[in-house]
Amino acid sequence: MEAAADSLERPAKLVIDGVSKRFASSRAVVQALDNVSLTIAEGEFVCLVGPSGCGKSTLLDIIAGLTKPDSGRVLADGKAVEGPGPERLVMFQESALFPWLDAFGNVMFGLKLRPDLTHAQRKEIAHHFLKLVGLEKFEHAHVHELSGGMKQRVALARALAPDPHVLLMDEPFGALDAMTRDQLYDDIQEIWMQSRKTIVFVTHNVREAVCLGDRVVLMSPSPGRIAQVFEIPLPRPRDINSPELAGYSSKIAAALKGTLTEAFSE
Amino acid sequence: MKRLASALLFFALLIGLWELAVRSGRWSAVLLPSPVFVAEYIWGALLDGTLAESTWVTLKRLLLGYAAGVIIGLPLGLLTSTSQLFEDTLGALALGFQTLPSVCWVPLALIWFGQTESAMLFVVIMGTVWSVIIATDHGARNIPPIYARAARTMGSGGFHTWTRVILPASLPFLVSGMKQGWAFAWRSLMAAEIYVTILTGFGLGHLLHYGRELNAMDQVIGIMIVIVAIGLLVDRLLFSPWEHFLHRRWGTNIKQG
Repeated sequence: MEAAADSLERPAKLVIDGVSKRFASSRAVVQALDNVSLTIAEGEFVCLVGPSGCGKSTLLDIIAGLTKPDSGRVLADGKAVEGPGPERLVMFQESALFPWLDAFGNVMFGLKLRPDLTHAQRKEIAHHFLKLVGLEKFEHAHVHELSGGMKQRVALARALAPDPHVLLMDEPFGALDAMTRDQLYDDIQEIWMQSRKTIVFVTHNVREAVCLGDRVVLMSPSPGRIAQVFEIPLPRPRDINSPELAGYSSKIAAALKGTLTEAFSE
Repeated sequence: MKRLASALLFFALLIGLWELAVRSGRWSAVLLPSPVFVAEYIWGALLDGTLAESTWVTLKRLLLGYAAGVIIGLPLGLLTSTSQLFEDTLGALALGFQTLPSVCWVPLALIWFGQTESAMLFVVIMGTVWSVIIATDHGARNIPPIYARAARTMGSGGFHTWTRVILPASLPFLVSGMKQGWAFAWRSLMAAEIYVTILTGFGLGHLLHYGRELNAMDQVIGIMIVIVAIGLLVDRLLFSPWEHFLHRRWGTNIKQG
């Protein structure tokens, strides 16, 4: 595993230390994660890629504190993660927006759980983040009135608004069309460059991972392990259609193919 | 406007057919009174205040019993949806009692409470509470788990999750459950009023009952029409706004839900 020279200089935000997780169904036991360790630096953008069943979403759930590992632990800012908390917000693949609230109400939901803010401050922050994702005109739209891309923008604003230290994204653009996705890649890069949040981004799309990540962590299935870690030293903002980016993604795609044949030949 | 016109036309046609049937002379006027007589009865009962008084007595029982049924049923339904123990015990009981026609509670209520308002309330509550429990349980189970997960990552938990996520997320099911509960409450109260005379209040069911005793068909049909009208009115006033709200927010037509 090549260690990131750059990330070693920065303090570790997240330490994943020997995490294992098994799921037992009535028919079989699946080793979703087998002794996975990874250190993510403050302000780093890390993408987890791998075929389905490699445990990347499970790992994200464990970092979020939504799932407990069987063994191993996750440290956030040096403290063990015991449960979910607003300092590590998750943005989900499918729209997890609340249909009984409008766009503004959804962004306010997390803010209302911050007792240190006044109501006026909360409203100001919600306006700010909806504007940031370009939806200031849709603050009072109902969720079902928004397109898929707009929904995920609201979800992004909702995740960013409470100012989490870590943003966990679970295939947030998986259900969107290519044009909407390309636009969101630009937006998310811009937001990341401004805010420098630590982001862990799960995807099965290698190009997407290369476009967004400082590092791309390739995972292999059954049992879920880290197969290889790739540094992506390309300058930002990156264009997903650029040839340099394609070079990296074909390299990772080849490695991904390798992990798959290995998994199936076992 | 067009919809109202077609509805009015339909009912006018129905009354016209009724009048025609009466005029054909095939049925005795005792069995089938003319719509004119029925209208006269309703008008008369309106003027002398019997109708208003009975409607008030009935609605008071209904609203009290229904409110109690919902207040008891809602938390119990949430309980059965989350706890395996409550699902296996209380859930099974609710399912069983929901299949019991609520009129079957009347004899028991009479023995326990006598001919009192409490007996009436008891029957209405028993008619309502089980279907509210089952609808709430069903609603809470059908909430996409991602809502609660998203809320938890934002720092919501316990009571906050219940009141701010689970409850609003199950609103579409709750409203249809409450609507069903309302129908059951209405039915059970009518059954109770028809069977049981209670001196503290003379409800619509009693008017119906005495209409039969006196062979006053105009009264029987008149009161039936009033009961239907109240049912429709309550649906429009109590449930339509909710359904409209849900329809706008969820973007789906939950009317049938």
